[in-house]
Amino acid sequence: MPTVHFTDAEGTVRDVEGNAGDSVMETAVRNGVPGIVAECGGSLSCATCHVFVREDCASQLPAMEDMEDEMLYGTAVDREDNSRLSCQLRLTDELELFVTTPETQV
Amino acid sequence: MGTQAVEQETATATVPTRTGLLIIGASQSGVQLAVSLRALGFDEHITLLGDEDHRPYQRPALSKEFLQGTVESESLIFRSNDYWAGHNVDLVKGEYIVRIDKEADGSGVAHASSGREFPFKRLALTVGARARKLEIDGSGLDGVLYLRNADDALALKARVGDATDVVVIGGGFIGLEAASSLQKMGKNVTVLEFGPRLVGRAVGEETAEYFLQAHRSRGLDIRLNTSAARFTADDGGTRVAAVELQDGTVLPAQIVLIGIGVIPNTQLADQLGLAVDNGVVVDRFALASDGTTVAVGDVANMPNPVPGSEPGERIRLESVNNAIEHAKVAAYSLTGRREEYAGIPWFWSNQADLKLQIAGLCNGYDQTVVRNDRERGKFSVLYYRQGRIIAADCVNAPLDFMAVKNALAKGLNIPADAAADPGIQLKTITTDS
Repeated sequence: MPTVHFTDAEGTVRDVEGNAGDSVMETAVRNGVPGIVAECGGSLSCATCHVFVREDCASQLPAMEDMEDEMLYGTAVDREDNSRLSCQLRLTDELELFVTTPETQV
Repeated sequence: MGTQAVEQETATATVPTRTGLLIIGASQSGVQLAVSLRALGFDEHITLLGDEDHRPYQRPALSKEFLQGTVESESLIFRSNDYWAGHNVDLVKGEYIVRIDKEADGSGVAHASSGREFPFKRLALTVGARARKLEIDGSGLDGVLYLRNADDALALKARVGDATDVVVIGGGFIGLEAASSLQKMGKNVTVLEFGPRLVGRAVGEETAEYFLQAHRSRGLDIRLNTSAARFTADDGGTRVAAVELQDGTVLPAQIVLIGIGVIPNTQLADQLGLAVDNGVVVDRFALASDGTTVAVGDVANMPNPVPGSEPGERIRLESVNNAIEHAKVAAYSLTGRREEYAGIPWFWSNQADLKLQIAGLCNGYDQTVVRNDRERGKFSVLYYRQGRIIAADCVNAPLDFMAVKNALAKGLNIPADAAADPGIQLKTITTDS
């Protein structure tokens, strides 16, 4: 099963198994992972599902589209080179993803 | 006094424990209230009760991704069953509360139409709003539909395959979102708007006009100042076949979708004797007039939370963002803390390839600045009151939206005279004066 390892700003790690096809955001929210708010439910409107992707995982992920790129300029914690909106990251069968959640999303 | 004491004893005898919080309404705000309470360490039992036979789900996609079939119903579910079980939240589906008996201390018993009783120590009303009905000839025909909840969306989806022509009544967000979705699904869609422009008071003139032109150029037939006179049936007499307009025009329609606004569900608040005025009247801490019940989200009429708004001004907001932020205020209230509403109200509406994001509330604006970048398909309207920015509507312009939302949150301004050039990034001209 695909697994996402969420590390929060204080260093606590939560390992969550998800379903292929679901987004990283959905996987987090459904299981109550703190640190992911996702007000808009994945319609790329709110920028409150911001994550920092561990560098060696980046190549497994789809390229960023313009709208995600622009939305990332409005995150509560400033974006970094490894920033993504987790609603745009789909789980695939063998995915093992390590992300860090920012201190705040709003 | 003696009688009351006897009654209380009787009540205590039949309902031995009135513990925990009963949240009526398994809605966005009900879910957020439960989640926020657990995050704050609230350790009493929580019952989250809804009248639908679905686990709590997100509504916004019903008129868009869910209708178009690009997301499954499972994706709309807020939290897994494991989450609720692990957080001591009892999820109750399919129970409709018809009456509540409540004591002065805030405890009581809610009675469902099934006969089940739900005792509580504290009560939260997150009952939302219901679709406003259009009552004209033929409004009871099969195929005349609304779009408020999951069952509505399922009913609509079930009929879409057989339909060629759809008439949408109401040019607000729901109507336009659904119309765009149905058009994308190959239907011949006509939108009837009673008023002189789209989206009523939620946006200003310029934005309404932009959407009108944008939708028309995408092939949507929008008729302003137009109302339906009656719906007529097919030969069988039960299914809708056409909409007859006031001017006698007849539009074929195998589906009529009505989206003409909502009415807050204040029936229980009325029965409880709470102050009600376009929703349940609450204070800054989401407390209703009895001082113990909280009312949250679409159903609540609250003091306008936007910094700088007129003292005494009240507002009822219908949005996901408000449901979440207001629920947080209520969660603090229920745990004995007094925290005011945080953040700037914001809204979104996705219609075809038009992605609208609204920051702030444009009520009372005296000046607008339009930023129209035709080449890149971006369009924003900034709203000002006495020279200070109060809101913005942004279409496919997330940078503008984010800049305005951040400026409002920090009490900063974006001077109007510099904002009109769409080539200038708003965040670079944001100032503290």
